Amino acid sequence: MIYREAGQFKTTYASDQAVFPIVQDRVVVALAVVAAFVVPPLVADEYWLQAVLIPLLVYSLAALGLNLLTGYAGQLSLGTGGFMAVGAYAAFKLATAFPQLNIILAFLLSGAAAAAIGLVFGIPSLRIKGFYLAVATLAAQFFLIWLFNKVPWFVNYASSGTITAPPRTVFGVMVSGPTATPQARYVTALALVAVGALVAKNLVRGRVGRSWMAIRDRDIAAEIIGVRPLRTKLLAFGISSFYCGVAGAELVFLYLGSAETLAFDISLSFLILFMVIIGGLGSVLGSFLGAAFIVLVPILLTNAPHLAGLALPVALQKQMELMVFGGLIIFFLIVEPNGLARLWQIAKEKLRLWPFPH
Amino acid sequence: MRSRTALIGMLSAALVAGPLLAAAVAQPKEMFIPLLVYRTGAYAPSGIPIANGFVDYFTLLNERDGGINGIRVAWEECETQYDTKQGVECYERLKSKNPVLVNPYSTGITYQLIPKASVDKVVVFSMGYGNTAAADGRWFPWVFSFPTTYWSQASAVIRYIGQQEGGLDKLKAKKIVHVFHNSPYGKEANTTLETLARQLGFELTLLAVDHPGQEQKSTWLQVRRINPDWIFMSGWGVMNQVAVKEAAAIGFKMDHFIGNWWSANDSDVVPAGDGAKGYKGATFHAPGTAFKVHQDIVKFVYDKGKGGGKKEEMGAPLYNRGVVNAMLSAEAIRTAMTKYGNKALTGEQVRWGFENLNLTEARLDQLGMKGFTHPIKVTCEDHEGNGPILVQQWDGTKWTLVSDWIAPMREVVRPKIEAAAIEEGKKLGYTERDCAKEK
Amino acid sequence: MSEILYGVLVAPFRDMAGSPAFLAEVVLGGVFAGLLYSLVALGFVLIFKASGVFNFAQGVMVLFAALTLVGLLERGLPVVVALVLTALVMVALAFAIERAVLRPLVNQEHIILFMATIGLNFFLEGFGEMVWGANVKKLDVGIPDRTFVMAGIQVNQLELFAAVTAAVLVAVLAVFFHGTRIGRALRAVADDHEAALSIGIPLKTIWVIVWSVAGIVAMVAGIMWGAKSGVQFSLSLIALKALPVLILGGFTSVPGAIAGGLIVGVGEKLGEVYWGPLVGGAIENWFAYVVALAFLLVRPQGLFGEKIIERV
Repeated sequence: MIYREAGQFKTTYASDQAVFPIVQDRVVVALAVVAAFVVPPLVADEYWLQAVLIPLLVYSLAALGLNLLTGYAGQLSLGTGGFMAVGAYAAFKLATAFPQLNIILAFLLSGAAAAAIGLVFGIPSLRIKGFYLAVATLAAQFFLIWLFNKVPWFVNYASSGTITAPPRTVFGVMVSGPTATPQARYVTALALVAVGALVAKNLVRGRVGRSWMAIRDRDIAAEIIGVRPLRTKLLAFGISSFYCGVAGAELVFLYLGSAETLAFDISLSFLILFMVIIGGLGSVLGSFLGAAFIVLVPILLTNAPHLAGLALPVALQKQMELMVFGGLIIFFLIVEPNGLARLWQIAKEKLRLWPFPH
Repeated sequence: MRSRTALIGMLSAALVAGPLLAAAVAQPKEMFIPLLVYRTGAYAPSGIPIANGFVDYFTLLNERDGGINGIRVAWEECETQYDTKQGVECYERLKSKNPVLVNPYSTGITYQLIPKASVDKVVVFSMGYGNTAAADGRWFPWVFSFPTTYWSQASAVIRYIGQQEGGLDKLKAKKIVHVFHNSPYGKEANTTLETLARQLGFELTLLAVDHPGQEQKSTWLQVRRINPDWIFMSGWGVMNQVAVKEAAAIGFKMDHFIGNWWSANDSDVVPAGDGAKGYKGATFHAPGTAFKVHQDIVKFVYDKGKGGGKKEEMGAPLYNRGVVNAMLSAEAIRTAMTKYGNKALTGEQVRWGFENLNLTEARLDQLGMKGFTHPIKVTCEDHEGNGPILVQQWDGTKWTLVSDWIAPMREVVRPKIEAAAIEEGKKLGYTERDCAKEK
Repeated sequence: MSEILYGVLVAPFRDMAGSPAFLAEVVLGGVFAGLLYSLVALGFVLIFKASGVFNFAQGVMVLFAALTLVGLLERGLPVVVALVLTALVMVALAFAIERAVLRPLVNQEHIILFMATIGLNFFLEGFGEMVWGANVKKLDVGIPDRTFVMAGIQVNQLELFAAVTAAVLVAVLAVFFHGTRIGRALRAVADDHEAALSIGIPLKTIWVIVWSVAGIVAMVAGIMWGAKSGVQFSLSLIALKALPVLILGGFTSVPGAIAGGLIVGVGEKLGEVYWGPLVGGAIENWFAYVVALAFLLVRPQGLFGEKIIERV
């Protein structure tokens, strides 16, 4: 009843094609975005920001990138960790080589570097499909990690072998480095993710997104109707790697502060893939929901025994956490195989009728 | 359908509730020490004895002495699975309990915590691991790595090899191989070894083993071809077990194979069985339970059913590592109490305690640790303590010491540490302290 | 520049020609390592062949089987009894998986099933560790483990035994799939489950059989790998090393798993020993994938994999 679009008539093509055509949607999303910018920095404590919200934003951006590649273009990729590493190391080199370079610009340039690498490693996709492609992207993952381990130039010849985010400011506010407040870092990450999500949403609604979906669903037919597979697939790899590169730069500069190659290894690639699948393949909102699931559920499971007043030994707690996490994933998939985004869509459908039964 | 609604409702509630549960409070007449442990996951075989050693020693202090000068030690274990991100989450969660010091037990987590230490006023005690550059206290006042570091260890191991060969000059034209884990940790010893190879004339070959090191055939075929006189290993996790087994399989004389202090624990020699006999390891404390402190732990902790692990596992090298770590933490706190009084101290005060720790032979004797570990004196400039090492050897059933204390080559190592400290400190935007002014 | 070219194209071959006994050792080492990888890859192939599911949890199943075996041996059971009991545990696990995971998700897309096996992976990881503990355990089922020298080449008995076991297992499985009724039924199910159902093949039973066999293969792989490194969590990471074998050999081919294993094993060792020192070593991980990738570019479905027939 509240959610109906009755009475909302569109008089221009532009208003009909808006990202959020229904007024209620527009209002809610605008409020949500404003709340996201304003509420956590004022209310949330350091633990919430540092260990929950900032990683959530960073992983959402990476999941968004992978969703574009795997969910929309249908190219299964396990090289996400490697591309994030490219973004991180590129951002580090740029930030240290050009100290006066604005950090946001450094992030974007490092995303471009990651995109270039993504294009190179996307070339096999023209010949290889499905799970085989996933395993081929693992070549990218392992090679890139080895490269960053092996060549000391990437870490500026530091004896520790790690990269550390140098202190940088944006509009006079310190956003990276040891004195950057979690609030500043949170707002920066949120801004980047918001812009990224908007761009992604428009990409997938436009010609590019439709050509990706055509390749995903029936690639031979797509080729016949004029969608060029080479360009489309490479574009998908490029754009997806751009997002992952920026997310990787954010991981080091805004979340961890310093990192070694172990932070970008194969388990990160799998983690982002899980987020995408759980959240819903082929859905921008799904990337966020999936990231939220993967970040929040383990934290909840770790803290739950304290809530219940149980003092379990730490190892048992972690093992039960793993078991429950695995069980939840399977339960979820049985209940809604298309992911959390589909659940949300169903909820919205129900909201259109609520409180009436039909 | 109903299960879907239920699921959505459950999850939304859970997602909000989760992090809210993080807050908690520590009692007044207690000092809180968070323990970042890894009792599960790939590194559990190493993490479990360390955690048990820690917990047992603190329990001993509480049970036998009523705490440190009357202030009880409160701790909470947090499982990190050796993962940096989980380590950060543990630290942030336990920060609300006002910890005074943290033992990260992972190089990756240490690097994360170093910049936070000075801001949060928490001492980072990375005993024998972590950022070697932080051994220079002028740049890193909040980070301590005593009793010794990887670079010192490498130089001391070369000194030991020299002793075994009849003198450092006899090392010319000998072949030494360094088998290392392909990560920043594994590579730590490389620059020191290369410098010493140039100075002393031995032929050094560096062989990297890819993480996790489950399959090392190519490395050991190359070792066989080189046929070195000595092998030094900086390994971690399953790499250790496989390396010891492969070395035995190629018939290498195990008493010329020395692992660093993370590569020479009970768990590392288990799979190789008899083949591991003779394998040596570097360490900075004795193995075994022949010390009064162990008897006290049995009497006050295990006999009362408060032991962290199994009584039979006491005395393993990594168990004793945990005990030493706990002892050094406690003694540093005690040192701080001599200046600030017997009360629950703040991070700043505990830091002073760490920096002015002077652990003498007499004190070790009082603690029931005569001969267990070496006396240490920490200063403002030197957070490493320049500790000597010992070499232990596996005889098939237990580890025994086969050397006396071997000093590191300070003249080679210290200048490198100082140079690295300047570099690393500047990256973090620190300024150098003037130690003379602070006295 | 010419140094680099020399180093890559000429020097390694001169090195190989210069000491042929060593080359033989490297190749032999590669063969043994490759066969060990194939053992793990076989589990993947079995499940993929019969249910189209890429079982992400295969590595953890290897670990779980090894943990169960060692746990039973530690409790004093004789080796043969422990082996049989472990096999039975794996069969019970297959029943449980079929009931809890496969049946509710029947006919879902492959990627959903893949995700479900990821959930299974986490679950078994936690469960195995909870029941048997996280410490490293020595695995001793009585396989002899001495090294002896044969015609100037060092050979290790354990590896020889593992290689022979792998070969025998592959032969048995090949016969099973192509020579028996159940094998044919398995292949029919892999092809199209609805068609298989319509001619009366009991899907549930087939899945239980396949997962049990994969579980037993996992047990064998766990024994061989566990004897080398002790039974501990890192055993589950070998699955990653088995992936290039799978791509090379084809996801659906049992002889492909062996061929792929041999190529990856030998390629990896040769690469690491002769070309590795040029770039500082430790190139094994990605080298195997690059070799597999090179093969894939020529045959996108793997050496022995089924040609993917696409509809327009």
